Amino acid sequence: MIDAHGRPQSVLVLGGGSEIGLAALRVFGPTTLRRIVLAGRPGASLDSAVQSLTSQGFSGVVAADLDVADVPTHEAFVDAAFDAGDIDVVLLVAGVLGDQAEFEADPDAAVAAAQVNYVGSMSLALHVARRLTQQAHGVIVVVSSVAGERARRSNFVYGSTKAAIDSVGLGLVEVLRGTGARALVVRPGFVRTRMTSHLPEAPLAVDPDEVGRAIVDGIAGGKELVYAPPLMRPVMSVLRHLPRPVFRRLGI
Amino acid sequence: MPDTVLSGWGRTAPSRADVVAVRSTDDVVAALTSAGQRGVLARGLGRSYGDAAQNAGGTVLDLSSLGTIDVGSDGVVRAGAGAVLADVIDALEPHGLFVPVSPGTSRVTLGGAVAADVHGKNHHRDGSFGDHVVELEVITPDGAVQRIGPSSSGEDLAHFRATVGGMGLTGVVTEVVLRAMPVPSQAVLVDTCQLGSLDAVMERMSSTDDGYRYSVAWIDATAPGAALGRGVVTQGDHAPAGPSGGVAAPPRIALPIAPPVGLVNRWTVRAFNEAWFRKAPASRDAELQTVRQFFHPLDGVGAWNRAYGPRGLVQHQCAVPDSESAVIARLLEHFRDSGAPSFLSVLKRFGPGNDCPLSFPRAGWTLAVDLPGATPGLARILDRADELVLEAGGRTYLAKDARVSPEALRAMYPRLDEWLEVRERVDPRRVLVSDLSRRLSL
Repeated sequence: MIDAHGRPQSVLVLGGGSEIGLAALRVFGPTTLRRIVLAGRPGASLDSAVQSLTSQGFSGVVAADLDVADVPTHEAFVDAAFDAGDIDVVLLVAGVLGDQAEFEADPDAAVAAAQVNYVGSMSLALHVARRLTQQAHGVIVVVSSVAGERARRSNFVYGSTKAAIDSVGLGLVEVLRGTGARALVVRPGFVRTRMTSHLPEAPLAVDPDEVGRAIVDGIAGGKELVYAPPLMRPVMSVLRHLPRPVFRRLGI
Repeated sequence: MPDTVLSGWGRTAPSRADVVAVRSTDDVVAALTSAGQRGVLARGLGRSYGDAAQNAGGTVLDLSSLGTIDVGSDGVVRAGAGAVLADVIDALEPHGLFVPVSPGTSRVTLGGAVAADVHGKNHHRDGSFGDHVVELEVITPDGAVQRIGPSSSGEDLAHFRATVGGMGLTGVVTEVVLRAMPVPSQAVLVDTCQLGSLDAVMERMSSTDDGYRYSVAWIDATAPGAALGRGVVTQGDHAPAGPSGGVAAPPRIALPIAPPVGLVNRWTVRAFNEAWFRKAPASRDAELQTVRQFFHPLDGVGAWNRAYGPRGLVQHQCAVPDSESAVIARLLEHFRDSGAPSFLSVLKRFGPGNDCPLSFPRAGWTLAVDLPGATPGLARILDRADELVLEAGGRTYLAKDARVSPEALRAMYPRLDEWLEVRERVDPRRVLVSDLSRRLSL
C-alpha cells in the first residue's frame, strides 16, 4: 500500500533498465519498498539495474522478461505481476530515442520506435489500468516528453510517439478518476542519460534524479501532470503557441 | 452506496471499496460467507486517521443500521455496533449514567471504539474502552455468530482480547454490551492550570492526576527555546447533581469544501498556539463545562480535517513508559527543530494497559501531534520520531497510523504473534482485510 507520505511498498518498472525509473526508486528510498519488479529485455542493462538497487539496500528486487514491442505477451505479463501481489506504483518508462535521419531514410525503423514508445506502451498501460481499477488503489506513472508537445523538424518521429503516449496517459487520468487508483503524466525536458549522451545538451536539461524527484513528489501530492524541470511548463506553453514561421526560425 | 472512494480522517491514502449497508446480523453473515477475493471490512464513522477503515477493491460494511441502544436497569448498555457514541451519551443521561470512556470525539461508533480500544482523559484511572465491555457479539468469516467477553475462557477469551484493539480483523462486531458509569451529572467541574514549561506540565500531572477522574494537557509544540512544551493542564470530575451538561447541538460550523491549499502551516500554527496559551487562565478552579466543551471541543467544527488541504493531516500518537518520560521532550524538540508544525498537541498520563495484545495504551505518557501532510520531509521526520519511540520501548497507535512498517509494528507490539495466532484461527483465508492489514502484512 502507498502510505500517508505517498511511499509505495511495491513498484513495477516497465522499462526496467531506465535511468529515470532507477532514479525514482532511489528517491523513494528503501524504507518502505519490499517488492520491486524491473521488467525489460534480459541483458546487461537490466542485470546491472538489479545489482545497483540491491547494493543500495533495496530488498525484493527482481528482473522480469518483457518485450514492450511484443504486444500479444502483455496481458499475461501484467496479470502475472499483479497476481503475485498488489502493485502500488507502475512506472511506464520504456522508450527509445532513435535517430531522426535514420527514421527518414528507413521508415521501418520509425515504425519500430513507435511500436515501443507508443503501441507497446499503450498496450501495457491499458492492461495496467484494468488491473489498477480492480485493485482500487495505486498509481500508474506515464513518462512522456516535452518533445511530444510541439513537433520539431529535428525529432518529430520521436516527438509523435511521445505525443501519442502522453495522450494515453492523460486519458488514463480520466479513466482512473473515482476508482481509487490514479494516473500521473510526467513530461521531462532534455534528460542527461545514456540515451541522450551523444546529443548536444538542450536548455533546461535535467539529470534523471530530478525527473525521479518529480515523479515521487507528483505521486505524494496527488498530481495528474508534472514537468521536469517545472519551468518547462511555461516555456512549453509559449513554444506551443508560437506561429509556425517564428518557431521555424528558432532552429530547434 | 457502492463503489465509494474512502479515506481516513487524515485524508492521506484513499482507496475505493464497494460499500454495502447491512440491516441485520444475517446480512453480515451473508457478506462474510460470500466474500470476494479482496475481502470484507466493517467501517464505522471513518474517524481513524489512517488506512484502518478502508479496503481497496473489496467490500466495506456500513453498520449504521445496527444502531439500537438499550439501557438496562443494572447500568449495562446493549447497543448495535453501529451506534454512535454521542447517541449513547444522550441515551444514558436520563439514567444518571455516562460512557465509561470517551475519546476526543463523540462521532465514533461502538464497533470502532472496540476495534481501536479507544481511550479518553480518564485512562489513568479507568483504563480503555475494552476494559468496560461485558460482552461482544462477533461474526467470524465462517459465518458463526459468537458471544465473547472477558469472562469467556480459553479460545473465546483469546478471541475477545484479540478483538479489542484488533482493528476489525478478527470478526465483525455487531453488538457491544457495555457497563456504563454512574455519575452525579454529565457536566464536569474543571480545574485549569497554565504552566510555562514541559517539566512543569509533567510534574503537575504526575503529582495531581490521581486526584481527578479526567486529566489532559494541551501543549505548545511550537514555542521557542525552553518554553517548548509549555501548556495548559485541564483536570476534572463530574459535577454534583444540578446543572446539566448534555451533548450540545450538532456542528454549528463546518468546512464545506477542502481548500486547494492547506490553511494549516508553520505560521498559522505558531500564531494559534501562542494565542491558545495566552488565552488560558493562569489558574482557574471548578469551572463548570458541558460534555462537548470538555470532551469533544472539536466536534463543534464539522470536517475540520479539511483545513489541512489536499495533502491531509498525519497524526502521530505514541506511548512511552514512565521511565522514559524524557523522550517526550526529545520528540517535541525533534518536531520543532525539523520544521514540523503541530497545530494541536496533546499530552496525557496513561494508567496500566490491559491484556489485549494490540491495545495501544500502556502505563506512562502519551503524546499526540497533528502535522500537515504537506510538511516538507514529513516521512523522514516521523521515521526518526518512530526510532526515538522505539528506543524508549514505546509504540504508536494504529488508529492514527498510515505509515509504520511491518517490522516497526512487531517491535512496538511484542505480543503481535499471540494476536496473529487468533487471526490465523478465526480467519485463515484472510477474508477480513483492510488497507492497514495489507500494509502491515497482517
